[in-house]
Amino acid sequence: MSNLLDVENLWVRFPTRSGVFDAVRGINFTLGQERLGIVGESGSGKSMTGRAILRLIRSPGMVIADKMDLEGVDLMGRTEKEMRDVRGKEISLIMQDPKFSLNPVMRVGHQISEAYRLHAKVSKSEAKRKSIEMLEAVAIRDPERVYNMYPHEVSGGMGQRIMIAMMLIPNPKIMIADEPTSALDVSVQMQVLEIMDKLVKERGMGLIFISHDLNLVSTFCDRVLIMYAGRVVETLSADKLHEAQHPYTQGLLNSLPRLDAPKDRLQVLQRDPAWANEPSVSA
Amino acid sequence: MSLTETSSKPSIREWLLTDTPTSRKHAKATVIYQAWLSFKRNPMAMIGLGILIFLVLVAALAAILAPHDPFVQDLGARLQPPLSEGYILGSDSLGRDILSRLIYGSRITLYIVTLVTILAPVVGLFVGTIAGYAGGWTDAILMRITDIFLAFPRLVLALAFVAALGAGIENAVLAISLTAWPAYARIARAETLTIRNSDYIHAVKLQGAGPLRIIIKHIWPLCVSSLVVRVTLDMAGIILAAAGLGFLGLGAQPPSPEWGAMISEGRRFILDHWWIATMPGLAIFTVSLAFNLLGDGLRDVLDPKDGAS
Amino acid sequence: MNEISIENLNVWFGEHDERVDAVKGANLSVPKGGSFGLVGESGSGKSTILRAIMGLAPTWSGQMNVGGETLGDKRTRSFYRKVQMVFQDPYASLHPRHSVDQVLSETLSLHGFDDIETRIDKLLDDVGLGPSFRFRYPHQLSGGQRQRVAIARALAPEPEVLLLDEPTSALDVSVQAEILNLLTDLRAAHSLTYLMVSHDLAVVGHICSDVAVMQLGEVVEKLTVEDMRSMRTRHPYTKHLLESSLMAG
Repeated sequence: MSNLLDVENLWVRFPTRSGVFDAVRGINFTLGQERLGIVGESGSGKSMTGRAILRLIRSPGMVIADKMDLEGVDLMGRTEKEMRDVRGKEISLIMQDPKFSLNPVMRVGHQISEAYRLHAKVSKSEAKRKSIEMLEAVAIRDPERVYNMYPHEVSGGMGQRIMIAMMLIPNPKIMIADEPTSALDVSVQMQVLEIMDKLVKERGMGLIFISHDLNLVSTFCDRVLIMYAGRVVETLSADKLHEAQHPYTQGLLNSLPRLDAPKDRLQVLQRDPAWANEPSVSA
Repeated sequence: MSLTETSSKPSIREWLLTDTPTSRKHAKATVIYQAWLSFKRNPMAMIGLGILIFLVLVAALAAILAPHDPFVQDLGARLQPPLSEGYILGSDSLGRDILSRLIYGSRITLYIVTLVTILAPVVGLFVGTIAGYAGGWTDAILMRITDIFLAFPRLVLALAFVAALGAGIENAVLAISLTAWPAYARIARAETLTIRNSDYIHAVKLQGAGPLRIIIKHIWPLCVSSLVVRVTLDMAGIILAAAGLGFLGLGAQPPSPEWGAMISEGRRFILDHWWIATMPGLAIFTVSLAFNLLGDGLRDVLDPKDGAS
Repeated sequence: MNEISIENLNVWFGEHDERVDAVKGANLSVPKGGSFGLVGESGSGKSTILRAIMGLAPTWSGQMNVGGETLGDKRTRSFYRKVQMVFQDPYASLHPRHSVDQVLSETLSLHGFDDIETRIDKLLDDVGLGPSFRFRYPHQLSGGQRQRVAIARALAPEPEVLLLDEPTSALDVSVQAEILNLLTDLRAAHSLTYLMVSHDLAVVGHICSDVAVMQLGEVVEKLTVEDMRSMRTRHPYTKHLLESSLMAG
């Protein structure tokens, strides 16, 4: 099997006062050297899926899966300590707002070198050289200067590119990007996504791109999973988005206002309670 | 789903847990019930609450519960050890029953707790929210006054006040309150500073609401919860301060069965007759601990920063 | 007669060395019953203009005439009866300890209405919530429902002008569609004038007929939505924004 990631029957459960809440309910998917998009609205379980792969669900939440293999090697049976080696080195996670992911009292360059030295046994100067190289790779014009800046001195777009640099430097096999550009302006958004896209392609990595924005995902992915109420309701090839069969996907597409196709009223998504009980689609 | 068997009384529970209340009172009741449910999940806090309810009951029923009159001296039965005939916790140097004195002493403790609770946080809330909301000079002046109070160690300042006002339980309470409010003012101000710039305060401003209305109706309800938590956690310190003043002879005066004063009286016999000082000490310890446990539980329920879920 | 007319508006924060100019020499006018959009990226000063109109930005200079009143330092209650605002984040714009009923009845009593009971029911009905939501607290409401409550609060004094600060950017797309439809309906039903701020050109294009593009505190271009759709723009920044947004859409 050439699959990077193999997930079967993944559940994320949270015990609450009024019973068990299932954030993700038995989803199956595989990831090769491709770009996989996971789309859904808030509460659909898309972010939980991303975190569950890294087993980053906080207690009392539980991750349960029949199978979760990274290149054929089981992830579920690993101890917390072993998982720490997987995080960052083999699978990295980029989150929404770089403001919260970067340490505010540490120069960004040091954070990148630290991240690198955590996984690769190299000298400080070598780590610095590599970090600057990485900053260049994410299209930062003056990497030497940015290396010595503090997180509050960089813009949102640059912060997110720094995060990408930091996450890519240990050369992971899979990158999970959870709404990586939602906090950014539209024009910057494109630039950041293009950089991410280019690097992922060059390095033959697998990308899981989690977003609420169906159109954005379809632009930057090969395949798209549409999640609703903890399940995958539909899976599509990204270029066939407009052939979506499931009423939920169609509803999402039609509820967006379009600059190029104005209409008086937007279509409102009518939710069918039956969607939540349909079996999950394998992807 | 397996809860259906409790169908004998689902109506009241469901009525309290509904997401669609039908009147103002109903809405309030559901909020209180939800808070109670999450409070109930913390066993330590429930223990604290239990101890305090017990304390209130003891104070209320002191006349019935106490086996002896707390003031009657019986020199024939002085310095009886615990578990001796008629004196479960022993008797003191004047032959008074320690248990009875502890039971009546609980009234004094509650009196102190109530008075301080009425005084200190209210003053702190006023000063803190006004300073935080008004800003500028008002803030600077009010906060410098607060700083002056904070610059003295609490007991020393209380001692100075009591010395000036005269010894006695009311003055002791007053002195403790005077030393306690600045901390609450600080908290209230800090909260106000964050609340002041939130959109929901801007939104009421856009309805033409004046500063007084904003402070009282919009800022106070949000400050109160953190103050309640803080006061409860501080209550142990307040009881100890009152006991300390009593111990130093500046609080409740003998023959009052105030717990701190009782320890003070027992001090002379502490080597030979340990129980005279130990029993009220244990009482203070238990009540202080109960307040701390309760405060911890309340923080989990009331503090919106953690209880967002 | 213009409902909103703003001439040479400057807004700044801080003084002397720390002075930051958020809006520089902005000119705008919106006719009665019109709907005008302000677009730009974060930090372009678009929301600051709304705040200056509502009296939430303390230091400004220039001429502002809104709802027939020339604005000075203080806003009167009669101004707030005519001009209201809906905030961006419905999770932050409702008091966490106040029920829907408290929010609306306080607003109505501040504006001196007597028939509060019937008005609350009507307001909830207008924003599509219905009476069962009246005694709920914000934590019992979804984001879209919260935003409907915030809109009801803004409608309570029966304003003529509604300022909308990114009213849907914190919401899911399907909920966004509901709120945008609601805003369209309300404008027709109450003949409101809208001034809307958004970073999303498609949203502004849906609600508004005219648009001003802002960059770094300045209005760089004003154009009609028709022109925007057909890419008839003169300013390179507008073109850049349009291209990025069409690519993402």
